[in-house]
Amino acid sequence: MDYGKLGLKMGLEIHQQLNTEHKLFCPCECNLTDKKPDKMILRNLRPTQSELGKIDRAAFEESRRKLQFLYDSYDQHTCLVETDEEPPHPLNPEALEVSLILASLMNMKVVDEFHTMRKQVIDGSNTGGFQRTGLVATDGFLETAEGKVTIENLCLEEDAARRIGQKKNQTVFRLDRLGIPLVEITTDPSIKHPEQVRDVAYQIGQVLRSTKVKRGLGTIRQDLNISIKEGARVEIKGVQDLDLMPKMVENEVKRQINLLKIKDDLKEKEAEVEDEILDVGELFKETESKIISNALKKGKKILVIKLKGFSGILGREIQPGRRFGTELAGYAKKMGVGGIFHTDELPAYGITSDEVENLLNYIKASENDLFVLVADEEEKARNALMEVERRARMALRGVPEETRKALEDGNSEYLRPLPTASRMYVETDIPAIGISAVYLNDIQSNLPELPQEKKQRIMKKYGLSEDLATQLVRNDKVDIFEKLKSEYKVDPTVIASTLAYTIIELRREGLNINLLSLEVLGDTFSLIENDTIPTAAVSDILRSVAQHGCTPREAAEKEGLKKLKESEIQAIIDELVQENQELIKERGRGAMGPLMGKAMGKFQGKADGKLVNKLLREKIDN
Amino acid sequence: MSYRGLCKEFLESCGVSIGDTVLVKKKDIEYRGMLLNRSKGLDDIHLVLKLDNGYNIGVDITDMQLILLEKGEKPKIELPPLEVEKDPEKMDISIISTGGTVASIIDYKTGAVHPAFTADDLLRANPELVNLANIQGEAILNILSENMKPEYWIKTARSVADEINEGSDGVILAHGTDTMHYTSAALSFILKTPVPVVITGAQRSSDRPSSDAFLNLMMSVTAAKSDLAEVMVCMHATENDSYGFLHHGTKVRKMHTSRRDTFRSINTQPLARIENGKIKILDKNRGYNKRREEGSLEINDDLEPKVALIKSFPGISPEIIHYHLDKGYRGLVLEGTGLGHVPEDIIPALERAYDIKVPVVMTSQCLYGRVNMNVYSTGRKLVASGVISARDMLPETAYVKLIWTLGQTEDIKEIKRIMQTNLKGEIEEKTSQEYFLI
Ligand SMILES: [Zn+2]
Repeated sequence: MDYGKLGLKMGLEIHQQLNTEHKLFCPCECNLTDKKPDKMILRNLRPTQSELGKIDRAAFEESRRKLQFLYDSYDQHTCLVETDEEPPHPLNPEALEVSLILASLMNMKVVDEFHTMRKQVIDGSNTGGFQRTGLVATDGFLETAEGKVTIENLCLEEDAARRIGQKKNQTVFRLDRLGIPLVEITTDPSIKHPEQVRDVAYQIGQVLRSTKVKRGLGTIRQDLNISIKEGARVEIKGVQDLDLMPKMVENEVKRQINLLKIKDDLKEKEAEVEDEILDVGELFKETESKIISNALKKGKKILVIKLKGFSGILGREIQPGRRFGTELAGYAKKMGVGGIFHTDELPAYGITSDEVENLLNYIKASENDLFVLVADEEEKARNALMEVERRARMALRGVPEETRKALEDGNSEYLRPLPTASRMYVETDIPAIGISAVYLNDIQSNLPELPQEKKQRIMKKYGLSEDLATQLVRNDKVDIFEKLKSEYKVDPTVIASTLAYTIIELRREGLNINLLSLEVLGDTFSLIENDTIPTAAVSDILRSVAQHGCTPREAAEKEGLKKLKESEIQAIIDELVQENQELIKERGRGAMGPLMGKAMGKFQGKADGKLVNKLLREKIDN
Repeated sequence: MSYRGLCKEFLESCGVSIGDTVLVKKKDIEYRGMLLNRSKGLDDIHLVLKLDNGYNIGVDITDMQLILLEKGEKPKIELPPLEVEKDPEKMDISIISTGGTVASIIDYKTGAVHPAFTADDLLRANPELVNLANIQGEAILNILSENMKPEYWIKTARSVADEINEGSDGVILAHGTDTMHYTSAALSFILKTPVPVVITGAQRSSDRPSSDAFLNLMMSVTAAKSDLAEVMVCMHATENDSYGFLHHGTKVRKMHTSRRDTFRSINTQPLARIENGKIKILDKNRGYNKRREEGSLEINDDLEPKVALIKSFPGISPEIIHYHLDKGYRGLVLEGTGLGHVPEDIIPALERAYDIKVPVVMTSQCLYGRVNMNVYSTGRKLVASGVISARDMLPETAYVKLIWTLGQTEDIKEIKRIMQTNLKGEIEEKTSQEYFLI
């Protein structure tokens, strides 16, 4: 595809949890919990007045009915700040510092004074009805192979409560995640190539990883904004895998192109969407379709709409393996129905071609027309079909602006309309925080190394292989490595591979690697440094420590891993030479090779090869 | 203009004022946005800008070039008047506001929060009210509740009386929570009401979607329509947005700085529980005045505000008592320790008060339980010095009651009699086991 010609534009929005000791506005820890809540708190949220303008009682009632929330709270794990029973404490300075480090690493301009804002969110994910957020820096950049990308904004904000489930009309949230500091990093929408978007995401990831951020599932969320000329802005939420990004872009571009084609075709067919929703239960009294007959038995309704000129369109593929009908179904499903049936995929599901014909006749469909059918409780079915009509109307205009959810196969599905501009006003409970030039200077002159730089540096300085260096960087072991290296005169590769591989292997064996503290590692390397144990014994020593909780010295003793004294080595060599007199007589010095092999087998690493070699040679020469 | 010092000079020299759209140029960055007010108490070297993306930031004016792009209009919120017809089937309920805002309007353009005072504002923010009653609204004061004072109690009581005299079937008073229990006690003593008088407020301000104001207001309307002709406080009973309590105006206290269920009945049970528009009387032993059709409103607002509420503490000096006597205070309420004690060396100062006919009333800083000065020798000495036991009255209620009592009489014996007689539910004879920490 010629992305330039298509006018492809992309932007990234990345949310990353910080790994601070406390939450952003209270002293609670930043960890999730699976414990049973100590308390469940019931709350309502009401949109504030300006959202409504004039009295619309029905709408208000409706919004009220929906906005009931239950919050899992804890006596110790959460506090009154999360339950919205106490004003926020002052902003966590550690979180601000991390966000300033990140901003500086991305060449951003930090604001002179940080103001905390309230962004209205009434889906229940924030107990206050708003998310607290503030702008830290703007206008930075990262270099990519395809050119500079502008990092537009970096905001420091609080994470939302976790949605746990649904109890009738009440949505259940857990307060453990609410308030964990989060940075939101947005690029401008000027990324033009799918590969570049991956590169930018990767680089931002690298920057994030050089600071105190959380690792693991759910701690980073990546959203992608995509649009093409004539198309519309679509936000794809939750792209987990960076390598999937280019495919995701490609599939979205395909989708938009196909939707534009559909628009043209619909125009040609003079397609139209009517409001009428018909109850056609009568037509299916004798049906053999289990789905339909079961629905009728349960007193559900069979409702149908006619889409004029849409015949063939719903069956059209718009993303690999996804048809336009699936888009309509996505809207319908938001109203709680299982799915839709439409002419383009029928007969199927036990619905016969006679029944289809019958129904088409009944709704007076002409050749190009199509029906969409839903079998469910009347209100649900009606709402679902109204959504289908709404989406079908959008098809007449082209690509709708949407928030979509990333799917694992590189496609996406409808989530909700794009949010309207954020409603923000200042959080009066948090004073503005000045960011002085001195403070910022201090941060900027102590910036952490980016992972790539760190890797290059330790490869060069310690002669480590790229593989080892990569492992150390990826597992955050560089600091420990350098500390151990500076304290013990041991081959850096030995220290590095212990940190990068040995410990991880021991963990895979199911051992308690928490026992392998920095002190234990230090003692182990000091045994090597003093020549008490051979290098090869590290893994056995650590295994023994992890198993028995003993010291490395005790482990060396217990497992018989200590090196032998010269006299002991001499004795074993004497014995060996004695046993192999024949061989020595035959081959003289030529016996060195085989005997050396035998000797090392006997010593099992507990003797230094050079010493063995020397002693053996002397013995043979004698 | 809320800017001062350097900022003020700078803005004036640039011809820029609040609400204007400006371009800010600094050495390596430019911002476009609207100039906003700056909170009082902040420094005078930062301007506050609202950027186009909605975020506010502060920008240091040092080396700043400020360019006016567009003059802003003074933002004002003008909403068309509501036409709500009076429904003869529904009761007439008045809502009086003292500055505790039960509704707010947010102007997201500037981020300003405007309190809503008028009946129209209330109805706009809480349209459900229309279903419940014919709502009248009036703002009589616009103060923070910490600035309440006895003269405002009088003003408030008179406004409540006016509403009732004009035919209101129930009055709701929107009040800041800090001193709500002082006002509820004051109205209890000043008014004898034939209809419910319900005081309510919010612990979470009404500009946030999670505010408790809405539920408190809805519950208050239910209470105002009921047959409980009492002065009551109506607030959340728990942390949930589910039900509320109606507390006796004289036996309620704010017990938590921030929780929604901050108001607790002390040394009694809440009068009633309100849930889903229904009232359930909780304290069946204790009677209450029933709504009276024939308006027999009585108002007695003679007050003597020169009363002090003094807390005893280890090391308290008699000077504090002498100071108040020297300054002409007419009555003192002590918040003693335990059963009602102060250090022995305070006693001569209290004797002086007695001699110059300044009544001294003893309450307990324990809050829970009753004063009994007969158990220990210090207590007996206090009784001998003429100190009046407030029995199980809350210190704040005793303070308000002494102000009211001194407005009624100067006779020290009569003062003592009134203070120790239950007038408005402020004293209970019996202390139930259930009355602690509920
Ligand atoms: Zn907390």
